[in-house]
Amino acid sequence: MQETKYRLEMRNITKHFGGVKALTDVSLRVEPNEIHALIGENGAGKSTLMKILSGAYKKDSGEILLEGNPVNITNPKEAKELGIAIIYQEFMLAPDLTVAENIYIDQLAAGKATINWKELRSKAKEQLAKLGFDDISPTEKVGNLSVAYQQVVEICKNLTRNAKVLVLDEPTAVLTFSEIQKLFEIVRKLKSEGVSIIYISHRLEELFELSDHITVLKDGGYVDTVETASIDKNKLVTMMVGREMSQMFPERHAEIGEEILRVENLNAGKMVKNVSFSLKAGEVLGFSGLVGAGRTETMRALFGADPKESGKVIYFGKEVDFKSPLEAIKNGFGMLPENRKEQGLLLAQSIRMNSTLTILNNKIAHAGVINHKHEKEYVKELLASISTKYGNTEDNADSLSGGNQQKVALAKWIAADCKCIVFDEPTRGVDVGAKVEIYNIMNELAAKGVGVIMISSEMTEIIGMCDRAIVMRQGEITGEFTNEDINENTMIKAAMGV
Amino acid sequence: MKKNSNIKNILIQNNTYIIFLGLFIICSIVSSSFLSVMNIRNIALQQAAPICVVLGMLFVILTGGIDLSVGSLMALGSAVTSYLIVNKNMHFVLAMLISLVIGLLAGTFTGILVAYANFQGFVASLAMMTIARGFALVVTNGSPIRMEKDTLGTLVEKSYGYPILIITLIIIIALIFVQKYTAYGRIVIALGSNITAVELAGIRVRKYLVSVYTISGVLATLGGIFVAARSYTGSGVIGEGQELDAIASCVIGGASLAGGKGEVFKAVIGALVLALIGNIMNLMAVPAYPQDIIKGCIIIVAVLLQIATDGAGKKS
Repeated sequence: MQETKYRLEMRNITKHFGGVKALTDVSLRVEPNEIHALIGENGAGKSTLMKILSGAYKKDSGEILLEGNPVNITNPKEAKELGIAIIYQEFMLAPDLTVAENIYIDQLAAGKATINWKELRSKAKEQLAKLGFDDISPTEKVGNLSVAYQQVVEICKNLTRNAKVLVLDEPTAVLTFSEIQKLFEIVRKLKSEGVSIIYISHRLEELFELSDHITVLKDGGYVDTVETASIDKNKLVTMMVGREMSQMFPERHAEIGEEILRVENLNAGKMVKNVSFSLKAGEVLGFSGLVGAGRTETMRALFGADPKESGKVIYFGKEVDFKSPLEAIKNGFGMLPENRKEQGLLLAQSIRMNSTLTILNNKIAHAGVINHKHEKEYVKELLASISTKYGNTEDNADSLSGGNQQKVALAKWIAADCKCIVFDEPTRGVDVGAKVEIYNIMNELAAKGVGVIMISSEMTEIIGMCDRAIVMRQGEITGEFTNEDINENTMIKAAMGV
Repeated sequence: MKKNSNIKNILIQNNTYIIFLGLFIICSIVSSSFLSVMNIRNIALQQAAPICVVLGMLFVILTGGIDLSVGSLMALGSAVTSYLIVNKNMHFVLAMLISLVIGLLAGTFTGILVAYANFQGFVASLAMMTIARGFALVVTNGSPIRMEKDTLGTLVEKSYGYPILIITLIIIIALIFVQKYTAYGRIVIALGSNITAVELAGIRVRKYLVSVYTISGVLATLGGIFVAARSYTGSGVIGEGQELDAIASCVIGGASLAGGKGEVFKAVIGALVLALIGNIMNLMAVPAYPQDIIKGCIIIVAVLLQIATDGAGKKS
């Protein structure tokens, strides 16, 4: 056994899928008691590397050392036994079982004839208390918990397996601001208890707040490992994309025109209370706030996806009341939904079919009959105009990377010639390069005189992109800022109600 | 090596046709009477009804639903048509049209339960299955209604070019066209893929959901009328288990019960595969019960091949 200061070392890992090189000579060294951030654009190889660590994939070459000892991980069970735990974005929880049952699901599955439920519950309670969550009842069904609490349960479950290396894959993507703070506390606590944490996230702010070291991957290759304290955001982004941060938010040359939308005292359910705002042609209007502040609900009500209770909507000078998305689209009002997999895309259908869903009865069809040749050409042009990378228009949408999936989801709104488009979290789960491209698309739309509304939970995005920003909190508008007044300080205050 | 895997993919992706061809060849070898004009014609006349039912079922399955009422609606179609012809002295064409309208209403009702009352397709059509069977038995009073040959039997007359074959062929071609070239066909598939996304793209999903059950209702009733025409008899007990055969045919034809996947022509071939299995075993004088065993095994093979297809598709 050799002396080492590293808990985990992955050396020169290489992995091919068929003819495609997914990883080339990638290395990762994680110390005990550290939070090690792993970043890179989508497709940079983070997930592949972690799947090799977890035994889900087999590496072609390279070696993995735990505490200096070479280990051979060939399946997820072995990884688990070695103390490597991975928490994916989608939790591996059984929603109909209780918290305690989920935490000790291994023991339930161990084949013992009887289980000491009392002991199981008290052990679960103890584990939860260790993380500072004694308010979670071990007998509650997991399906009834909030996403944040489910994550706590998932972490607990993995800790009971004596995890020495804990990988968190985009853990904050689904959490609200205060929940994120709680998660950070847990992560720091685990670190102090000697767990090595590998933290994957697209949110740079988080990495700077949490991590000790950052390893950057790019296009399946290893770029560098740096001490977090020694680097700033600009440099980090440059390392990731070979591009300066200032170029992240491209300049917009849009002329702000007439008012196209005015909403007065809109009420819709519990999440939308007396919302009033307006939007001008060529303007990019941001909607900031915490998750669950009522932003999506406001837009869904305007779009006709949810019913309105009261209020007035004036759209291009006329009072309107869209009762369904169809009515909204007929009037040129589009909405890119926040969850592309669940609401935006037909994942198992072709890119072509996805792109033309909004124009089936006009642009590409006559009397209900589709002209395939015309459609194909139209789609190619459409996708090229928003620089989408894809193999063939007939490939399924799920064959694309996150960023390109988002562009395909967006394509149908561009096809529909919308005069006003709501982008709901357009860059969630999208890599930095694709983010910039999506910003570009929004800018181009604005330059054409389209009114753009962007809902985003990323403050930097709102600050970088918007002419005006509205902050919502618990269903109400709590602040409106223009140009230089749009900053993190004022917006957080409005969002938190202080 | 790449060429090899391409060929393999093509074979796997066209497994429905290959199974069909294989069975066809086996049939021709096993029995000299298989390739006779009479036998082929018999198969065709016999399969007109199941094919109609399968195509209706396919459209429902494409949306991710299921229609268990088709067998009972066949019985209803058969019963009502024969009742009107015999007891009301109605012209057979008018009697057929009235039955088809009843099938349309029944299917639409199921569809409304699914689309507007949020019933699961399984449950809504299960209810309709029971209701339609009950009506069929009430109309026939539980005993068969014999018809004169020159009434509904006209549909199977050689001198008129076997009208049921022509009607079935027109339906197949029309539905292939609808699925491939119309916005309607596109939306039906889209519904089965992600109904939320379709709704948010400004498509009135409920209207379309209802329509597939309507189509299924009409086609199932038509299938029942065909059966009655072939036997000159209206009956309230025909079509039992036909819904399961129809589902099996769709699956053999590569459709996915999860929705969003399936083709009209392949479903027709799927129906013919089941027919050939029956035919081959009849020709070999295999008794009826073992036939079911083999039918079940073929379904398993078809689904295994389908899973392999999905795998092959993902890798490419």
